[in-house]
Amino acid sequence: MRFRYLNMFMGLAIGASAVLAGPLAAEAQEKKTLRAAMHAGLRILDPFIGTTYIVRDHGYMIYDTLFSVDEKLNVKPQMVDSYEVSTDQLTYTFKLRDGLKFHDGAPVTTDDVIASLERWSKVDGMGGKLFGFIKELKAVNATTFQMILKEPYGLVLTSLGKPSAIVPFILPKRIALTPPTQQLTEYVGSGPFRFVTEEYRPGVKAVYEKNLDYRPRREPANGMSGGKVVKLDRVEWLIIGDAQTTANALIKGEVDMWERPSYDLLPQVKKDKNIVITNRNPLGEGSLMRLNWLQPPLDNVKVRQAILHAVYQEDYLAAQVGDPEYYRLCGSMYGCGTPLESDVGAVQLKKPDIAKAKKLLAESGYKGETITIMQPMDVGIITPLAPVTVQALRAIGMKVDLQAMDWSTMMLRRANKGPADQGGWHIFHTAQAVPDQMNPVANNYLRGDGAFFGWPNDPEIEKLRDAFSREVDPVKQKELAVAVQKRAYETVPYIPLGLYIQPPAHHKNITGFVIGPATVFWNVEKN
Amino acid sequence: MLRLIASRLVAAIPVMGMVAILVFLMLRLGPSDPALILAGDTATPEAVAAIRAGLGLDKPLWYQFLVWIGQLLSGDFGLSVFSRQPVIDMVLQRIEPTVSLAFTTLALSIVIAIPAGVLAAWRHDSWLDRLIMTFSVLGFSIPVFVLGYIFIYLFAMQMDWLPVQGFTPIGANLPNFLRQIAMPTLALSFIYIALFARITRSAMLEVLREDYIRTAQAKGLPESVILVKHALRNAAVPIVSVIGIGFALMIGGVVITETVFNIPGIGRLVVDAVLARDYPVIQGVILLLSGVYVLINLLTDIAYILLDPRIRY
Repeated sequence: MRFRYLNMFMGLAIGASAVLAGPLAAEAQEKKTLRAAMHAGLRILDPFIGTTYIVRDHGYMIYDTLFSVDEKLNVKPQMVDSYEVSTDQLTYTFKLRDGLKFHDGAPVTTDDVIASLERWSKVDGMGGKLFGFIKELKAVNATTFQMILKEPYGLVLTSLGKPSAIVPFILPKRIALTPPTQQLTEYVGSGPFRFVTEEYRPGVKAVYEKNLDYRPRREPANGMSGGKVVKLDRVEWLIIGDAQTTANALIKGEVDMWERPSYDLLPQVKKDKNIVITNRNPLGEGSLMRLNWLQPPLDNVKVRQAILHAVYQEDYLAAQVGDPEYYRLCGSMYGCGTPLESDVGAVQLKKPDIAKAKKLLAESGYKGETITIMQPMDVGIITPLAPVTVQALRAIGMKVDLQAMDWSTMMLRRANKGPADQGGWHIFHTAQAVPDQMNPVANNYLRGDGAFFGWPNDPEIEKLRDAFSREVDPVKQKELAVAVQKRAYETVPYIPLGLYIQPPAHHKNITGFVIGPATVFWNVEKN
Repeated sequence: MLRLIASRLVAAIPVMGMVAILVFLMLRLGPSDPALILAGDTATPEAVAAIRAGLGLDKPLWYQFLVWIGQLLSGDFGLSVFSRQPVIDMVLQRIEPTVSLAFTTLALSIVIAIPAGVLAAWRHDSWLDRLIMTFSVLGFSIPVFVLGYIFIYLFAMQMDWLPVQGFTPIGANLPNFLRQIAMPTLALSFIYIALFARITRSAMLEVLREDYIRTAQAKGLPESVILVKHALRNAAVPIVSVIGIGFALMIGGVVITETVFNIPGIGRLVVDAVLARDYPVIQGVILLLSGVYVLINLLTDIAYILLDPRIRY
């Protein structure tokens, strides 16, 4: 009897181990599927709603753009075949490439382009500014359209080739007519990949398949521009909530790439001989400290200047990133490695001048008011910034109240203009991709119209920003951009805290990532 | 029995009504605004206001409540603010992983814990009892994420027996389902094995002191019969209660286990929805879960009656 039970048990054990040892079906799937553990869950599918980077990257998968930037941030035609600018700089004529088709088979026409740009202009700052200069946007025929301006505007192509959120993607007209306050319900683009709606699991999984009808440009891929040649059949975006689990899944080959490995786990994944790190976004992302101009004592420019002189970028980057290989000091308000880069006024690149900061604070009449700093605890790259600011402010004798919260709560509280004891705030920290700050118009934190969180009201800076946008000469544009930055370092609407890069870790058999702000999968091969 | 089921189902209606009102008010009266989150970090206040209007969040509270209740009465749980997917579809997509994990955990826990508890009670104060109770204390003490990482390190990274993460529906591929559910089940079971074993032991100890057990022993009945037929059956009511509560907790979301093993279950759905202030999803999930709790309580009560015919409601 005992032997019978033993045999039964052994049989079950062998059967179970055979089942458990069998290959995952996923492993048996075709080779041209790339599984990527992305940095965030895709929960919004409308690229014109919200400014989250995962939605922007989703947009790049399924939509195309009129213009794109190359690795050097030069604007290049993408859906546009050719364009002309009249000598008075008032009329731009664009001709679309032949053979552009949406995923539903309909040809891309200028009506689609105009409707898409109109929707974009209602949600994007640069788009809105551009449309403020447009007298008429008209279709000449199905493939040619004209943009007629009221007066010369220096950022026409820069706006149309805007590489980061919110990107002017082109949608079919019937979809683009959806009011910008309502989300899209149909996801049809003309981009290199097609969205597989039936496999979409919000916040968990998004699947893209090669768009077989896509006709890439002939030039090789260069940044976000050039030929978007798709070399994969299918891309699966997976969202694994836990960083250690993601690292393990990458090492075991359950995913092919980890888009943004956490810095503390990079040494572990780098040890694996099959994994490489590719810096596909050398421009990186910039952290910043935002100051609230409405709330005393930060309504006093001397207090803001005292804070500027009390902080040191290297302290922030060391706390946030640690490994100098992945960070860069940068005092420019337009990012570094960009055409408008300048370090004018960037005192925070040097060791802090505590004596000067204390002197400014004394001159300001600071009476020991408590500074409320919001610290989001669930965004790993932002969390370490606030304690560094606390230390810097205490070093010059300021009273600080550090309040921990989740990112969403910070987003909500950020909108409160009231005093800190009524739900308001004095300081928060955030980060944005360099392309979102690479000129005075794109960079919302340079706004001096009193309308953006922190609410700086500085007519002088607005005058300079406006002059910049009207200037068509790149040399004069740069002079104006430097003047904006000089003014900003005097009045301190925010303080840049340096650049960091989060390069993807991936298996050696994955090659071909293009250099650019968004993670895109054209040109990528899995060998 | 049918009267019990009918009365419990009728009683569930006001319970769920209260849950609906409370959840709605708690979300709306707190400092939250999904439009601000939806609009993103660099959105202008005008863009946020436009999105708020588009979602109907600028309407009076009573109006929003009536719209939601109206939808509920027609079986519509609404759309996610973010993904614009029907809430019911999102819940159905996420319920299978959670229910699967709950069932496998429950099965493993019962299979190990009940015999262990019976043995501990039978050999009260012996080395076996102490050994089982030591494991029980360990099961309570080790956090599930620690166990998860240990198991991943051992069974996936070192021995290469099991995958690190993921979930495959049982109907899609049974071997994959088993391989992927094995580690989370083992990790999550520890605390439930500890809990069920302790409850079983204490309930059994109480019953084993009863006169009728002594009578059964005096009659010369085999110990296995005394333990299983006479003692365990009479000790079953508190054990079933705890199993029912344990199951309800598992269904309610075992977010840490789901996160460590990347299981797209209800727990992660709720946490994501709460962090994003996705009102319709939070409301829908909590309402549905309250229904599940009512159902589990009902099943527990039915089990009481089956186990102990003296119990009447």
